[in-house]
Amino acid sequence: MIETNERLDAKGLACPMPIVKTKKAMNGLEPGQVLEVQATDKGSTADLKAWAESANHQYLGTVEEGEVLKHYLRKAGTDESLEKNHEPVASNEELKNKLGKEGILVLDVREKAEYAFNHIPESLSVPLGELDSKAESLDKEKEIYIVCRTGSRSDLAARKLTAAGFTKVINVVPGMSEWDGPTNSL
Amino acid sequence: MSVTPLTAKQLTRKIIEKEALFILDVRNEDAYSDWKIEGEKVTSINIPYFDLLDGVEEVIKKLPADVPVVVVCAKEGSSIMIADMLAEEGQDVSYLQGGMKAWSEHLEPIKVGNLNDGGEIYQFVRIGKGCLSYMVVSQDEAALIDATRMTDVYIDFAAALGVKIKHVLDTHLHADHISGGLKIAQATGGTYWLPPKDAENVPFSYEPLEEGKNLSIGNTTISIQPLYSPGHTIGSTSFIVDQSFLLSGDILFVDSIGRPDLAGLAEDWVGDLRETLYSRYKALSSELIVLPAHFMIMDELNNDGSVSASLGDLFEHNHGLNIDNEEEFRKKVTAHLPPQPNAYQEIRELNMGKIQKDSEEQREMEIGPNRCAIR
Repeated sequence: MIETNERLDAKGLACPMPIVKTKKAMNGLEPGQVLEVQATDKGSTADLKAWAESANHQYLGTVEEGEVLKHYLRKAGTDESLEKNHEPVASNEELKNKLGKEGILVLDVREKAEYAFNHIPESLSVPLGELDSKAESLDKEKEIYIVCRTGSRSDLAARKLTAAGFTKVINVVPGMSEWDGPTNSL
Repeated sequence: MSVTPLTAKQLTRKIIEKEALFILDVRNEDAYSDWKIEGEKVTSINIPYFDLLDGVEEVIKKLPADVPVVVVCAKEGSSIMIADMLAEEGQDVSYLQGGMKAWSEHLEPIKVGNLNDGGEIYQFVRIGKGCLSYMVVSQDEAALIDATRMTDVYIDFAAALGVKIKHVLDTHLHADHISGGLKIAQATGGTYWLPPKDAENVPFSYEPLEEGKNLSIGNTTISIQPLYSPGHTIGSTSFIVDQSFLLSGDILFVDSIGRPDLAGLAEDWVGDLRETLYSRYKALSSELIVLPAHFMIMDELNNDGSVSASLGDLFEHNHGLNIDNEEEFRKKVTAHLPPQPNAYQEIRELNMGKIQKDSEEQREMEIGPNRCAIR
């Protein structure tokens, strides 16, 4: 099961209702939060994808379970516009060369649903919102490469870890939005 | 202001009669760019319904004052919602009942000719998808050629004419649409005919269509002469009805010719295609009226909505029949082919009886435009 902030039941509803309800549900979410939409209308996949694009939300993916389509959407966030302050920074290319090496940890701070559909193999998923409580369990000796979609949430995460006493923290820019290295998904 | 439903049949008549129409297509952009309603006097714009949820004031400015407006979507639900919103803002508007789904399935029967003994030949124009099928009627019997999966339409039509469907034929194994031939033959007790080379290992029984075999319907002289014409599929067959009509299947169209690649053998079959078009068809009477299994663009429709032309005309005007250089012809029909039809491999397997699909799945498989030809 993929963790989300909200779930919408649009099962049994015909077009246009799944989108009408999704739009309403999105209005109630905070920027960056993730919504699961359960629908049975086959056309809902193409329409949700197209709608998300036109409304600037992020369409993460769809899982088919029998008759039910589970769509995952992330509300347009404000994080992408944040300044990036943390040093050092690594490019996607630099991280690609480090993969598989001893002594590194790839920490993915995106939401669980974003991670589910597309992530770097061996990376550890700790959404930004859970980082404070989970920082304790991370290995301070390792070089920690932090990734998110665009490098903004990971910048914030890198600063949090630095403040918590981590010294080998590297922000990966831009991150998954332009990642062309190996990935895993569901 | 009011919202009026418009059936696919009513819309078809309006397009054939060249009435001016303005279509507001509210499907998503991919669906619209892939496949849309067209016509000589049809103007259409595409604004997805989900971009109109907050209001239609902006769209109203784009609608013409003097042309009827029809809202269209995939199944009708969204078009009703948008039509209601437009009506609330004072716009008279109609919506297409059943949406593009109904549009894809509508068959418009049009009489295309009389036979010498008093019989008739009808063309069923599937206007939304460009498929053409035929019913030849003589006395109290009928033969059906290249029937679509909307089997009730033919069965009801025959019943209304008071004729019995005796023979059901497919010119070839179709890759762009699902054949209703076998089902109709089973329902009416008719005989189902297929080219044997297109029907290897099919799990159902059929009569093989072979050159020189004549079928007859009615008591009189009408005969259907299978004319073996490979090129689109290896088994493609043409028929000459009553020495007047050449049913050319997917080999020759009014404005284009068949593509040889839908069973993956473009290089092998291009020679057959050329042989059929440039030798076999050339040897036939130029007075024959060509009745193809498809049309690609609305310009191919005659004034009455039917699709036909004399073979002589086609040898004069159809570009595909006028490429003298064999090498150039080979290039033309094997390179730069248009995209292949939606789900064409599955459609072939379904037509061979190798897989089964329910009616909703069949509908999905057929979505989109026809792409059987090379212009």
